Amino acid sequence: MTPMKRIVYREWRISPQRYWSLIGYLAALIGIGALSFGYLEHEGHWVTGMSNSVVWGMPHVFAVFLIIAASGALNLASIGTVFKKPIYKPLGRLSGLLAVALLVGGLLILVTDLGRPERLIVAMTHYNFSSIFAWNIYLYTGFIAIVIAYLWSMADRQGAPFNYPIGVLALIWRLALTTGTGSIFGFLVARQAYDAAILGPMFVALSLAYGLAVLMLVLFFCFDEEGRPIGPRLLRRLRNLLALFAALTLYFVLVYHLTNLYMAKKDAFEHWLLLNGGFYTLVFWAGWILLGSLAPLWILYHPVLREQRTWIIAACTLVILGGFAAMYVIIIGSQAFPLAMFPGHTLLESGFDDGVQGAAATYWPSIPEILLGIGGVAVSLLITLVGVRVLQFLPESLADEVVAPDEEELAEAVAVKPA
Amino acid sequence: MAKATVMAILAIGLIAGAWVSAKAAEIRRYVVEGSRAAGLSSCVEPTERMRRMHMEFIKHQRIVTVHQGVRDTKYSLAGCIDCHISYDAQHKPRPINQPDQFCGACHRYASVKLDCFDCHASVPNRPGATRSASAGGSTDGGGR
Amino acid sequence: MQPLNATQEQAEISDQTEAGIDRARRSLIGAAAGLGAAALVAPGVILQTLSAQAETAPVTNRVRWGLLIETDKCAKGCRACIDACDHENGLDLQIPAGSPNKWERQKAVWIRKIKLQDHQTGRITQFPLMCQHCEHPPCVDVCPTGASFRRADGIVMVDRHLCIGCRYCMMACPYKARSFIHHNTTGQLTAVPRGKGCVESCNLCVHRRDYGQDSTACADACAETGHHAILFGDLEDPESPIRRRMREIQNRQIREDLELNTGVRYAGI
Repeated sequence: MTPMKRIVYREWRISPQRYWSLIGYLAALIGIGALSFGYLEHEGHWVTGMSNSVVWGMPHVFAVFLIIAASGALNLASIGTVFKKPIYKPLGRLSGLLAVALLVGGLLILVTDLGRPERLIVAMTHYNFSSIFAWNIYLYTGFIAIVIAYLWSMADRQGAPFNYPIGVLALIWRLALTTGTGSIFGFLVARQAYDAAILGPMFVALSLAYGLAVLMLVLFFCFDEEGRPIGPRLLRRLRNLLALFAALTLYFVLVYHLTNLYMAKKDAFEHWLLLNGGFYTLVFWAGWILLGSLAPLWILYHPVLREQRTWIIAACTLVILGGFAAMYVIIIGSQAFPLAMFPGHTLLESGFDDGVQGAAATYWPSIPEILLGIGGVAVSLLITLVGVRVLQFLPESLADEVVAPDEEELAEAVAVKPA
Repeated sequence: MAKATVMAILAIGLIAGAWVSAKAAEIRRYVVEGSRAAGLSSCVEPTERMRRMHMEFIKHQRIVTVHQGVRDTKYSLAGCIDCHISYDAQHKPRPINQPDQFCGACHRYASVKLDCFDCHASVPNRPGATRSASAGGSTDGGGR
Repeated sequence: MQPLNATQEQAEISDQTEAGIDRARRSLIGAAAGLGAAALVAPGVILQTLSAQAETAPVTNRVRWGLLIETDKCAKGCRACIDACDHENGLDLQIPAGSPNKWERQKAVWIRKIKLQDHQTGRITQFPLMCQHCEHPPCVDVCPTGASFRRADGIVMVDRHLCIGCRYCMMACPYKARSFIHHNTTGQLTAVPRGKGCVESCNLCVHRRDYGQDSTACADACAETGHHAILFGDLEDPESPIRRRMREIQNRQIREDLELNTGVRYAGI
């Protein structure tokens, strides 16, 4: 058995031209996002598709996706540190960096969508602790601080003794964070689609899938750009993990909807979303379930396709697209469905777009909203890009002979040895 | 040479001093002619205190008003406007946050962003009591 | 507890249960207010007589403002309450922007008129719907900055100085009673400051309360038309007209299953 090589981390050494052009693209997207923000704040939210019925729109789809992907991205670091799987250790640093970058991007979108963003200082100085939102402000800032400490413990020799305890803390914190994000919706008794405790754990499951898919894409991109190798063993690991997480999300979706279907009071909502919701039904079935869950699972378990790098990349992309579809259904679809204020009655008239004759509220995303969201994604990518360029986040190689051996093979090797 | 430098510095100092005092006079003039405030010797507190502290007063008042329903008018923003508003030739009130009006002019001079009038009425606006307010600038909170 | 908002037949049971809850809550509040309360009663009485002028003492929980809406008196096609509310609070100063449909979805609405039909029986009811001024308001629970709050006298409202425009309260409100100000505002009333980027809703004409006026704009307007479908008053005072009327006729809360103990009650739904 060959001894495990020491993992060497190196800055990302692509050509300056390539690096600066990438920065340029992202800066342009961020600039457009910033302009959208200015436009939105100057004109007011009437220029968006958001209304008094659908109060959270496209920015929140992007923001919540990034925030849960952030906690999911930290997962590989946790597997390496807390669950002691050495093969994942080389990815710990990238995992931490992405976690911070995605969270910052997501929060920036949330903040720039506020009706009064200049009053952020109010949000920092006035807390209402019965609000899960107020708790999340602590959970998010705490997460960033803990992950930075975690990165330090991974990178600095002096930090090594703290690596495990910080890793455990980071794991617990990220579970709290994602549960908290899910609970933003889960705690809302008013709406048919929310008011469900399962949304907390469901968001944890979603975060695992989306975080890993984003991390894999970033990893592949960075390594391919510079020609660093990724061995088939690690690739297999990541691929299997993604398949597992994608399956896990399906499980939660199934339980959520089965529970709802069992309750007569939620019949109308389920009937609407699963059958008659028009665009939302399409996004749910075609986007979230088919393209975002079943298709990647099919690729990742297909005996031929799963061995090919491009198909794995396709699976990651599909998981991410499915993630956006899921957010669209969870955030916007759930608001579009009218509030059930008068069970057993049909609303004939109302002065407030209340769901007359059970009609769903109208919402179409506007361009500035989408550009704002893309701007946030670009901020996340920019932080990642600059991070890997100036600091030693990426391992030089993830080839089979460099990464730690699989535990299964280790056991086999021990068994074979006496012969 | 040294003497010339000293003279030059003194001259600059004098000019600057004159400019500052001119500016000070300008500050005094921010109380707009024709407003009720122009005829009073001081505000609800001594002028110097109002200049430094008005935001604190208003902020404290706003918490008590919004959360506890106290409409004690000593530091009320509506009171500021009633007293400091001025009227044009057609007896129409000039918005108080305009750059040449009481709040607007001084805030522009101090370059401090003025947020109040994003939400608050910048002229006395009380339907039903409009006439009396624009004619005499009535003191009470009339026409609620 | 079973959700009791399903049918009218269950209304009686709900009424009893709710009365029980009310009593329990009141005794709790009573115990908490407890010790000093007796000493405060006499000055409170004097205060009442003086309150025609601007309020100088903090509001207390000795009153709880509320509305009783008798749906059988609410006339078809009448929108006097809505117009009065719009006028009182400067909502009629809003300038439409965007397509008419978009404006319908984005304009601020504090009170709206709803027309319902029972699936089973076909019975049609209509009534105004506004902020229900819950004792346990979900909007107050979720607000991150505490901008959404409940005054001691039961009025649920937004402190616009603290509102950052996150709209979480609008997600949480079971009555869809809140509006976000999507547009730039001009020409606001002195009594009702309102500006872009904050959330707002019915505040039971809080400025009228603080200046000791008797009623709300909607209730006044309804009375002027002769319908008298909206009754405003103090829910804490057993002898107030609203309480007396509530004893006489069966009434209930919308979404009773949530047990929010709303300050706005409906008869005949």
